[in-house]
Order: sequence, then structure tokens, then C-alpha cells
Amino acid sequence: MLRQFHSLPGLIAALLVMLLAISGAVLSVDPALERLHSTSTAAGQLNVGQLAGRVASHFPGVEQIQRTASGTVIVYYNQDGQSGAEKVDPLTGQGLAPYEPSAFTRWMKDLHRSLFMGTPGHGVAGAGALFMLILSVSGALLLARRLGGWRNLWRPLRGTFSQRWHAQIGRLVLLGLLLSALSGLYMSATTFGLIADGSQNEPAFPTHISAGPALPVAHLQALQSTDLNDLRELVYPSPGNPQDVFSLRTTQGDGYVDPVSGTLLSWQAHDPMHNIYQLIYQLHTGEGLWWLGLLLGLCALGVPLMSVTGILLWWRRRKAGPNLRYNSPAHSADSVILVGSENNSTWGFANTLHDALHQAGHRVHSAPMNDWAGEYHAAQRLFILTATHGDGDAPASASQFLARLKHLGVKPGLPFAVLGLGDRQFAQFCQYAHQVQDALLQAGGSPLLGLETVNRQSSQEFARWGLALGEVLELEQPLTLVHTPERPRSHQWVLSTRTVYGEQVQAPTHVLRFKAPAGLPGFQAGDLVGIFAPDSPLPRFYSLASSSEDGVLEICVRKHQGGVCSQFLHGLEIGASIDAFIQPNPQFRPASGTHPVILIGAGTGIGPLAGFIRNNKARHPMHLYWGGRNPASDFLYEPELNRYLADQRLTELRAVFSQVQDRSYVQDRLISDALALRRLIEKGAQVLVCGSREMAQGVIQALDQVLAPLNLSVLTLKAQGRYREDVY
Amino acid sequence: MKKIIAATCLASAIALPGLAQAREVTLTTQLKDYSGNDAYLAIYVTDANGQYQKTLWVAGKKAKYYRHLTDWARGSGLNPSEFDGVSGASVGSGNTLKVSVELADTLIDAGYQIRIDSAVENKREGRADVSVPLTSKGSGKPATGSTYVDSFTYDL
Repeated sequence: MLRQFHSLPGLIAALLVMLLAISGAVLSVDPALERLHSTSTAAGQLNVGQLAGRVASHFPGVEQIQRTASGTVIVYYNQDGQSGAEKVDPLTGQGLAPYEPSAFTRWMKDLHRSLFMGTPGHGVAGAGALFMLILSVSGALLLARRLGGWRNLWRPLRGTFSQRWHAQIGRLVLLGLLLSALSGLYMSATTFGLIADGSQNEPAFPTHISAGPALPVAHLQALQSTDLNDLRELVYPSPGNPQDVFSLRTTQGDGYVDPVSGTLLSWQAHDPMHNIYQLIYQLHTGEGLWWLGLLLGLCALGVPLMSVTGILLWWRRRKAGPNLRYNSPAHSADSVILVGSENNSTWGFANTLHDALHQAGHRVHSAPMNDWAGEYHAAQRLFILTATHGDGDAPASASQFLARLKHLGVKPGLPFAVLGLGDRQFAQFCQYAHQVQDALLQAGGSPLLGLETVNRQSSQEFARWGLALGEVLELEQPLTLVHTPERPRSHQWVLSTRTVYGEQVQAPTHVLRFKAPAGLPGFQAGDLVGIFAPDSPLPRFYSLASSSEDGVLEICVRKHQGGVCSQFLHGLEIGASIDAFIQPNPQFRPASGTHPVILIGAGTGIGPLAGFIRNNKARHPMHLYWGGRNPASDFLYEPELNRYLADQRLTELRAVFSQVQDRSYVQDRLISDALALRRLIEKGAQVLVCGSREMAQGVIQALDQVLAPLNLSVLTLKAQGRYREDVY
Repeated sequence: MKKIIAATCLASAIALPGLAQAREVTLTTQLKDYSGNDAYLAIYVTDANGQYQKTLWVAGKKAKYYRHLTDWARGSGLNPSEFDGVSGASVGSGNTLKVSVELADTLIDAGYQIRIDSAVENKREGRADVSVPLTSKGSGKPATGSTYVDSFTYDL
């Protein structure tokens, strides 16, 4: 819901908001430039009487003196029928240069305020400010939600390039954009008279003026008692009209000055509305607050970047998202399907169920689990189809589900069925589905069926679940669920080089590098590649040790007994090709920022870690803990790692081996290095672990021991987003 | 202030005995090519000393900017009844404003003047940009302005 509140206005108003932001950024430079070219005077240094006296000696035909908020003094004069305007030095009254407002600034201002469309344009610009406000607020809420609360707003960011930069720029410029949007909205409201700006209240023209000869302007007492810094405008009396007076406008109020007696007449101080207007005007334009103007301008420059990355993010989400037909609204659906999916494959199953229930005459609503609303007024049954991410964690589209369920509850007695999708190779098979099942029971739902699972996208198991469901629901026709998992769009890759390790220690491991004849798709180290072995309908996933910038796709593969895909890859000849696709894994990569990174791995787990080090061009501190068998045989990436140490991409290498004299595992090394590790963690280090499930388990135990004196645990680091695993 | 308005009204009442003796006059104001936003104009009648008598036309819709038409603003006291029904849009650089207004016969050839005050955002104000005697002889003869007005003609 919040997301729609962010992306919809973003899409509608992207161009408008960009236009306003860019023109605003250009205009923001003006006050600073003006300040640079004007002479500033200290308070009490110069009064308006003195200035007028000096100006009078250079410009006998002066009609008006103006001082801009940024301190430029302009004299308007009329001499021998020639009218002119001149910037003057307030200290001498001497003309500096003719004053001509810049046509470029005026053009830019027109664009910014009304898009050259007059009054309707002012309305459009006002709407732009409103959009900006909505986007800033909803964006901030989304970011806080994603980072786990406002206190964590400055936590390191993860995700794809667009995700990271969208959030990074967003949190940097948020306050500036809020200020610009709110003040812009206020100014728009005053333009349309919705809010009074106090400018209508003119002081009454004086009824009585002293008779007699006019005093020299420098002797007028009212002018002498006005500081130059308070001056806005001094208008001289019409020449030849003895009934006329000076008008004096200052930052505090407006009035008239008797040219004969020099007294202030009909003085009217600005009302609060006027003062508020002046303040907000200053905050928006930076006139008289040049540094704020520049800051706001810089913030505004973030808008085009965020618009572009935002649209990219939306487009990718849309392309990846489910394509639902006949999706009924949440409040009127009798059947609700919620989906927990990491990479959208679960959505395929959900769509099949959705269509089948729709065919059977039901009103069906499908949504990601994170959209859990608690109240589904017309719902008679609830289906949850969810995958499990990593080590029993929620998949991306379900990350908020358990918290929301706790908060919003469930309609008492609502019949529900949970289907877990996973892979039995993993120890925590469908772990998250179990958690959801338990939580729903506890919240007061009543199960339609027990928890069922589908292993490795099995069409048969899914169809069987459908039949059981149809019986429970007492449908007239059996509920036939036919779902063939869609094979992702794959590319052809050609094996170009191979480095062989570990033959002598019975752990043959190959580092394989592939090239794509048709051009590389974008990927990063830590992403996954799904490889189809011949005649295998299901892909096998490997972590990538390279990014597309490296020009090759690199993986590190150990040959397993009976492993179809690893045997296929080990037997592959140079020049032979494979069929593979990229699956982004943005959660597993170093966060932005300069905090130290602790990389922990064993065996082929080194692959993505080596990729991270290779890409560490900024030379952030990176510490690698890695375990192998024998340095003589399976020290994977040894030459590269030594090179990275030499050029400081890698700060420290701690390699241990299990088949040598004093055998040691990576967990042991962590414990013996506890002091150094604690120091790194205290400096805000993040931990990335890659390797087998058993090793990852051992690492957690070891690190919990290391962290105990700091009152920390792996669980807390995980909650802070500082501990990420890629395990297999 | 109130006294002045009252006095002005009284003067108008004497000077304008009835609309029967009024006629239509066409005012044509051609602006120069200047760089800047649309100009606000006040076209009004003064006596020989420049004392405000009557507003003929105000170009510019936002009353909050009227104070920049300085002399006119002072004379009229910016009292809305002074310009009710005789205002319209502001006039762009190089454009011509042509309006027809009612004018009492008693103001013609009686020592009165037509004046124009002008103002453009962020630019100088044109006080008495145009100032011409209101006479039957002057009808149809263009007068030049000093600030934003290029030429001004009234046709009785």
C-alpha cells in the first residue's frame, strides 16, 4: 500500500518533479552569486539617510533605492528624460554597473513557477510541490521500514545498484526536499490566495504633510534611524508635487516619511502573516540565506537521479512481478491467496491456483504476503504459498508478514491452508512455511489441511495438493492444478578457461570462466547462475565469483559423487557451451560505505568472496577467513589472493587447512582471532559467509562465542543487516 | 485617508454631473520591446498638479502587486471601488492594450491629464510613464512614454 503511494505519484509526476527540481537547483545558485558581488555592511555601520545622501551626490534624479535580500543596492533614476537603473556601492553611493535583471534567470524562474503557462501553470507547479511532498514522506517511511526503523536510517544499504543509490540519495536529500516541497506548497497557496501573505495591508497615505522647504534627504530623521540592512525600498516623492512624501519599506514594516519634517508617518509594522511569508520565501529561495539556497539546490539535484533509478526499480519489479488476471479486490474476495516469493517462481504456482479457483466460480484475491491486511471482510478461506529463504528466513515478499500478522491478527476461525515450496537438499526444508503455519494457528485461524510441501517445484506434488484441497472445499469439479514451472530465459555460455585444484586431496575443484558470445547480461559477484545440465529440467545454482565488468562469468565448482551438474561441468571441454541464466542475489554483497568487511568461507565458498575482493577498488578494509584441505593442492585462488594482498584490495588473509600437520578449521581460526574480530565488529564491520551448511553452522557458533563479551550475537548482527550468508 | 476619499468623491460628484454627458473614449497603449514579464499598467486622470481624479483602466489581475503602480496607488488609496469593472490582464512586452472606457465630458479641455503608471516584476517602476493633457486637440495624437510605454493614444 505504502509502496503504491510512493511509486504511483512518482510515475505520474516524475517529469514535472524533475523539471521543478532542476530549474530550482539552477536558481539556487543566484543568491550565492549575488552575495559574492555585493558589499555587505555590518549592522549599525550605515543608515538609510547616509546612503540616500551619498546616492544623491551621484544620482540627482534618483526616484527609488532598492536593497535586495542578498544585499545588492539598486538606484532607479531619471535624468534629463533618460531613465535608468544602476547597482551602487552602498559605502560611496557611486554607480558600479547598470542594473539589468538576467533574462536567463527570469526565464528559469518562469519555468520553475509556472512552466510558462500563467495561472494554470502556477497550479501545475503547486501540484508538483505536493507530489514532491508525498514522495518524500512515503519514501522516508518505506526506507525506515526497509532498514528496520528510524533509528537505523543510516545503516549500510544493500541491493542492486538502483536500489542502493535510490535509497542512499534519498536519505541524504530528504530534509532538503521536504523543506523545498513544504515551502513551495505554501508559496503556491499564497499565490492562489488560499493563505494570506499579509501583503495587502498597505499603510494609509498620510493626510497631513508639513508645509515648507524639503530637508536634504540625508537629514531626514526617519531615514537616519533605519539601518541599511533593514531597507527594502525607498521611493522618492514625485518631483514637482509638494503634497508627496517618501515611501519607506523595511523588513519590519512600511510607512511614509515627511520630506519637510523628516518624521515617520502612518508606520505600519508587518503583521505575523507577512513575517511568516517573508521567512518561508527566504527558506524556499535562499535569498539572504545563500548557504541554505546552495544546500537546497544540491538536494534538488538528487531528484533527477532518484526519478531515473525509481522508474528503473518500478519497471524491474513490474516485469518480474506476477501477471494476474481477474484479481478481485481484497475486501470483496471470498478466497485470498498470499504469496511468499524470493524470485517469483512461487508466483507461478499461485497463478495456477488463482485461475483454477476463479474457474470454479470464486472471487479470488492474490497478493504478496507483505500486504497482509488482517481484515478480509468477505474471505471464507485463505491460502498461503511460500518459499523459504536462506536458513529458514522469510522470502523477500514475506519479510514483514509475521510482524504484520502479530500486529493485525486474523479473523477468528478463518480456514487456511499453507503450502511450502522448497528443496529437500536443504536442512531447513520449508522452514519458513512451518513458522507461518504455527503463527496462523496461534493467531486463531483454523486449518483446512495440514501443512503440505512441494519439493523442487514438483508439478505432481502440487497437483496432489490441489486435489486434496478440492475435496475439502467440496467443489463440484475436482480442483486440477496443472503448473509447469517456466524455464527462465537462459543464455549460451562458452567455456574459455579452467584452473584445476584439489586433485591430490580427493576434492577436485575447478575454477571455470565462461564467455557469452551474444554479449554479457548484467550481474555481480554474489549473484547466482542457474545452469542446466543436459536432460535436466531443473537448474543447479552456483554463486558467481565475477561481475559482468570482469568480462567473464566465473564459478568455482567442486565435483560431487553423483552430482549431475558438477560432473557435467568438470567434463566440459574448453570451447564447449552451456545453457545458463542469471538470478540476482542482491542481499549477498558488501554494503555501501567504508565499514570493514569480514569474509568467511570454506572450500568453493571462496568464489563470491574472491569476486568481492577483486571489485574492492576503493580499498575498503576486507578480512578473509578461509578454510581448505591442503595448501599444496586446494589453496583456491592463491595467486590472485596474494596479488590482492599486495595491492591492498585485501587487508588480511587468514587461510587454514584441515589435512596438514596441525589441522585447523575456519571456526577455530575465528576463535583464536577473537580479539581482532571484536575490534572489527566494534568498528561496524559486516560479515559475509559463504560455504556449506555445516560450515555456516559452525561459524555461527564460533562467532557467538567471539561476540559474547560485546553482548552481541550473530542473531543481533543479522537483525542489523550486518550478517549475510550464502549457504548450500 | 477617509477624508481624502470623501473629498475625492465629492469632487467627482461635482465634476461629473451625470452620465448623460459622458462619452466613450478608446485608449491605445503600445508597449516597448523590453525584456521582462508582463507589465502592470494604471491609466488614470489627474489634475494639472498630478492629483489623482479617476481611474480609467488597470491592466494586471493581482491586486497585491498594485502598490508598485506608486502614484496611482497613493491617489486611489487602492480602494477597490476605484477600479471596479475597469481592470483586465497585464500586457506583455511589445504588445498593445486597446480598451474603451466611459469618460465625462467635463474632464475634457478642462486642464486635466491622463497618466500611466507602469511596473514590471523585478524591474524599475514607471511613475508617470506617460503624462498627456486631456484635450480634444490631443485626441488621436500619439504620445511617447518614458519607461515601458512606447506610445499612447486616446481617441475621443
